[in-house]
Amino acid sequence: MTAPIETTGAAAEAQPEAVLKGVESKRIEGRSLGQIAWLRFRRDKVAVAGAIVVILLVAVAAFSRPLQALLGLDPNNPDQSLIDPNTTLPKGDFGGMSADHPLGVDPKFGRDLLARILEGSWVSLIVAFGATLLSVAIGTVLGVVAGFYRGRVDAFISRMMDVFLAFPLLLFAIAISASLQGGAFGMEGLPLHISVLIFVIGFFNWPYMGRIVRAQTLSLREREFVDAARGMGARGPFILFRELLPNLVGPIIVYSTLLIPSNILFEAALSFLGVGIQPPQASWGGMLNQAVKYYEVDPQYMIVPGLAIFVTVLAFNLLGDGLRDALDPRSR
Amino acid sequence: MTETTDDPNNKIPLQKAPDTRPGPAADAEPLLKVRGLVRHFPITKGLLKRQVGAVQAVDGIDFDVRPGETLGVVGESGCGKSTMGRLITRLDEPTGGSIEFQGTDITHLSTGKLRPMRRDVQMIFQDPYGSLNPRHTIGGIVSTPFRLQGVEPEGGVKKEVQRLLELVGLSPEHYNRYPHEFSGGQRQRIGIARALALKPKLVVADEPVSALDVSIQAQVVNLMDDLQEELGLTYVIIAHDLSVIRHVSDRIAVMYLGKIVELADRTELYENPMHPYTKALLSAVPVPDPKRRTQRDRILLKGDVPSPINPPSGCRFRTRCWKATEVCTTTEPPLVALRTGHQVACHHPENAGEPAAAGTKAPDGQASSDQ
Ligand SMILES: Nc1ncnc2c1ncn2[C@@H]1O[C@H](COP(=O)(O)OP(=O)(O)O)[C@@H](O)[C@H]1O
Ligand code: SF4
Ligand SMILES: [Mg+2]
Repeated sequence: MTAPIETTGAAAEAQPEAVLKGVESKRIEGRSLGQIAWLRFRRDKVAVAGAIVVILLVAVAAFSRPLQALLGLDPNNPDQSLIDPNTTLPKGDFGGMSADHPLGVDPKFGRDLLARILEGSWVSLIVAFGATLLSVAIGTVLGVVAGFYRGRVDAFISRMMDVFLAFPLLLFAIAISASLQGGAFGMEGLPLHISVLIFVIGFFNWPYMGRIVRAQTLSLREREFVDAARGMGARGPFILFRELLPNLVGPIIVYSTLLIPSNILFEAALSFLGVGIQPPQASWGGMLNQAVKYYEVDPQYMIVPGLAIFVTVLAFNLLGDGLRDALDPRSR
Repeated sequence: MTETTDDPNNKIPLQKAPDTRPGPAADAEPLLKVRGLVRHFPITKGLLKRQVGAVQAVDGIDFDVRPGETLGVVGESGCGKSTMGRLITRLDEPTGGSIEFQGTDITHLSTGKLRPMRRDVQMIFQDPYGSLNPRHTIGGIVSTPFRLQGVEPEGGVKKEVQRLLELVGLSPEHYNRYPHEFSGGQRQRIGIARALALKPKLVVADEPVSALDVSIQAQVVNLMDDLQEELGLTYVIIAHDLSVIRHVSDRIAVMYLGKIVELADRTELYENPMHPYTKALLSAVPVPDPKRRTQRDRILLKGDVPSPINPPSGCRFRTRCWKATEVCTTTEPPLVALRTGHQVACHHPENAGEPAAAGTKAPDGQASSDQ
């Protein structure tokens, strides 16, 4: 019964006490687990590449509008002179690629695809970040409460998670966006669509976060350092905020980073189905939706938003995996 | 632990020096008084949480802890030692019996009412990797008791923490380091420093060295022994074999499946073990002197400790006991004093040559049926 503890203990003891005693005078400041994770992360080339791409993407999305102005791009400026009136396809090869339109233009309207990708980037990321934030907020609070108080509270919250996960989310999303077309909550148009997407995606995805946080809390509260704190007279809030939460920050960051790409896909899917961002506003999912009609005759139109989604999702996933490996090497 | 006594570096068999101290007074008011202590963990089933049974982890034990003494508690894994330790430190609540600390009944006190007692009773944990929060610095960890109890030591918390670190053989400069930078032995020292911060009266150590390398076990045990002398501590030290605690204990309680089966002074227990289980445990202790090793036969216990959910009837040890008879199946042997300061729960005790002390129940006529 004591075997697992003894073996790990003996293995880790390999570094004899004397070794540590010898170096102690040189390095007085200790390295926190965070600093060690950072060192480990820096050595992971793939994850660093993912991080760089993510930073670039976020910068582009944040400055999307100024960037468009700077480059003289307009996502909603149709130009029929670029369209072959017979086929409604862009004139020229590769979807109308030219010096003026490096990624080509869309069929039927002749709008610049680079401009539309740039415009779609901030929409995609703001929805993904907003929804992730909402899921993390709800999931963390309810997950910690369930894991910490256990018993009936846990049973109730866990059943609630099951209900949310069983919810026909797509149908609900379609219904809600259809019924809110005209305007609601004092909003209309793009702000309304973005808010609805954030709510629908974030509010129904929190159980994934909640389950992870709950499981982590359950296992953390069995650790002996929690008993040690209780043995010194600590009460619930102290244990929660000082003993447990610092250990939950890492997993929460990791799984948030992994939730973002899945939310980007979700947004794209809803917009693709026509219940997310509405045209003429540019969005990656919406562009894919349009492009499907032309995929045989103008594959360029599909490749551009497809690639944008692919690169973004991949970069966030690589970053998330790298963070997980850096923060908890055993989880691999 | 296996036999490693041939290793010249192994310093464990440092016999506790013959006590020159005043010594724990047997007649003094006990620091801790445990009576009929029970902890059953309910086993529930289904949605309605219907109770279908119980893990009888601790099932009616009595003992005292006298001021200044070291009480060793020994028994195989799963015998309920940790549960007992968590009960007397009130990390867990008993389902029966009573615990008195310094004359106050603490059996069912609430978290709030327990706070004052928390200063006087501290615990040292088994797992040096789990007992320190990996996100806190050593300074933060060792100063937590001061924060939690609102104690402001003379000269400030930091100074006091650094003094404590020195006391346990660490450098005060470790203050800003994190637990993962230390070896198991060093972490256990940090745990000891934390336990001693508030100058407790009673320290309960649950297998404090069993997760450590054998060569380091002795260092930590000796440190605890030195600190006891220096600070006038009372210890309850839990171990799963006798090799560690026999050197530091004044008295030893042997636990089997939720019960105390033998409780005696160290030398008495060592020289005249009466319970077959104790004899088996003793035979497993490595003998330092190779010449003597052959003289004592090793008693190998067959099988494992039975499940505490459904313990054997009568004597709980009977399924593994080579002396078991009919009466052992039907009647549970009570823990009685067969000599002064030597309590045993067995129908056919070993080494019971002398008649039982007056006034106590001897294991009557049945003893003869054994021959
Ligand atoms: N919280 C708990 N819930 C249910 N059973 C428990 C719990 N804690 C301990 N037990 C059981 O009680 C018995 C005694 O355990 P423990 O006190 O840890 O023994 P020891 O420390 O002597 O190895 C074991 O069978 C164990 O499985
Ligand atoms: S009472 Fe019987 S079974 Fe139990 S230890 Fe004694 S002899 Fe063995
Ligand atoms: Mg134990």
